[in-house]
Amino acid sequence: MAHLSELAAEPQRLSNAYQNWYRFSRNPSAVIGTAIVIICILTAIFAPLITPYPEHVGAVVNFRERHLPPSADYWFGTDNVGRDIFTRVVFGMRISLLLALVVLATAVPVGTVLGLLAGYYGGWVEIVIMRFTDIALAIPGLVMVMAVAAVLSPDLLTSMIAIAALWWTWHARLIYSITRQTRVQDYIEAAETLGASKFHILFREILPNCVSALAVKTSLDAGFVILIGSTLSFLGLGIQPPTPDLGTMVASGAAFLPSYWWESVLPGCAILFVSLGFNLLGDGLRDMFDVEDVR
Amino acid sequence: MSSALLSVRDLHVDFTTYNQTHKVLKGINLDIPPHSQIALVGESGSGKTVTMKAIMGLLRQPLARITAGEMYYDGRDLLTMPDKERVALRGTAMSMIFQDPMTSLNPVFTIGDQMRTILKYADRRLGRTRSARERKVRVLEVLGQVRMRDPERVFQSYPIMLSGGMRQRVLIAMALLSEPKLLIADEPGTALDVTTQAQILKLMKDLVEERGLALLMITHNLGVVRETCSYVYVMNKGVVVEHGSTADLFAAPQEDYTKALIAAVPRLTGETRFGTVEAMR
Repeated sequence: MAHLSELAAEPQRLSNAYQNWYRFSRNPSAVIGTAIVIICILTAIFAPLITPYPEHVGAVVNFRERHLPPSADYWFGTDNVGRDIFTRVVFGMRISLLLALVVLATAVPVGTVLGLLAGYYGGWVEIVIMRFTDIALAIPGLVMVMAVAAVLSPDLLTSMIAIAALWWTWHARLIYSITRQTRVQDYIEAAETLGASKFHILFREILPNCVSALAVKTSLDAGFVILIGSTLSFLGLGIQPPTPDLGTMVASGAAFLPSYWWESVLPGCAILFVSLGFNLLGDGLRDMFDVEDVR
Repeated sequence: MSSALLSVRDLHVDFTTYNQTHKVLKGINLDIPPHSQIALVGESGSGKTVTMKAIMGLLRQPLARITAGEMYYDGRDLLTMPDKERVALRGTAMSMIFQDPMTSLNPVFTIGDQMRTILKYADRRLGRTRSARERKVRVLEVLGQVRMRDPERVFQSYPIMLSGGMRQRVLIAMALLSEPKLLIADEPGTALDVTTQAQILKLMKDLVEERGLALLMITHNLGVVRETCSYVYVMNKGVVVEHGSTADLFAAPQEDYTKALIAAVPRLTGETRFGTVEAMR
């Protein structure tokens, strides 16, 4: 009997971290998403080592080998000036991920802090922040981003600013609604009773309640940000040639459809791959945390 | 009566809503001697919770206003002392047991984390220093005192992993962390089933007696009063209508309101008739 009771007690002893890992590893979309995201990040970091023709990133021309279909030498074929498309896709991935990283690293903290403040204090703070958010959200995202990008000179930094200026509002809205629900709980009142500082209540009591929703939203967002960044480049408002960008490559390759299909379809597949990865990861995290009403 | 741990004299509290003023407390007098178990009973809306919040200093200003009266804790004037000292008393000299074990714990932290944070803050206010290790030892000790069978496991658990009764015991443990002299319980265990509630009340009574604490029990449940408290204050519409030792008050209630309240207790035997205190309104 002693053995039995010991066995029965054993699962209780598993650490919380292990239980989370177990649930995560049993979720196919989370695992596939994570794998894709890791592959993308690794190729981006080690781009100069993996790519066969790193010199093709810049303004190189090799007209003798232009428009070549995918082959053993050129995995994704070559473009209209004879550059290796695989090399440029890998470097383009680097730019897309950088874009997502910078945009989210600015928009998420800004939106989170504003959402916390609006939700916790209410009153004028809420009116100012949330009405501004509502106005920003009422304008279609792409139109807003295009307007900002068109006013400024088109380059990578402009795209980042334009997207980040729009993106924080989504996070402000999400965090605001969670804060409103959490603020009225007894444990917040208890913390106030004990004289905990506003900083403690906002960042140590309420924010941890937002973390799961924030993680889901942020990973879903990474895919969307990359998509919007590529859209901007496709329309010529984002990154300018010769810097390799997935959106720009799709646009320039589109002129040669359908005969030289690989020039736009394969960079397009790369966009699909990376945003699919982030979306699967986000969905997986959502299943795992059981978070509702994100998106 | 100056020997009382807490004494409330002629307390008046007004609430202002939409430029209309409601007198909620109209001259409350209350004495809690050390090592005593006092009950404050009355129907919903009689002002029990407002009295408790006034004592703890939790009334939302400027919505609620103390217009007259005095409150002394251990001889110190609660109404005139600086905010900082007032906050330092909360959770250290006087502690509160929250009534709803489902919403009073932060779901994203383990019990151990939450209790250590409370202890850290209490220590800081009292100017004490304690290492993280010593804090954990103290938390485990208090969890043992509320008769948790496996304090180490509870320490590592998230609130969702514990039953309602265990969570209520965690809340009691939290109130005991920094050894208060006065424990205030607002409707303890009302969110639990009767059997568990009885266990919780027994535990509270034992703890209060063992450690020589004073207890102010705020409840509408006369059965609870009879079992745990020695002295009762009966409140109605913002005034104390009657007070006396539990035995006297139950044997020979003087006021009509108290009689109606006692008559309204549902009984398991005899005819099933639900009395109300409606007649008194």
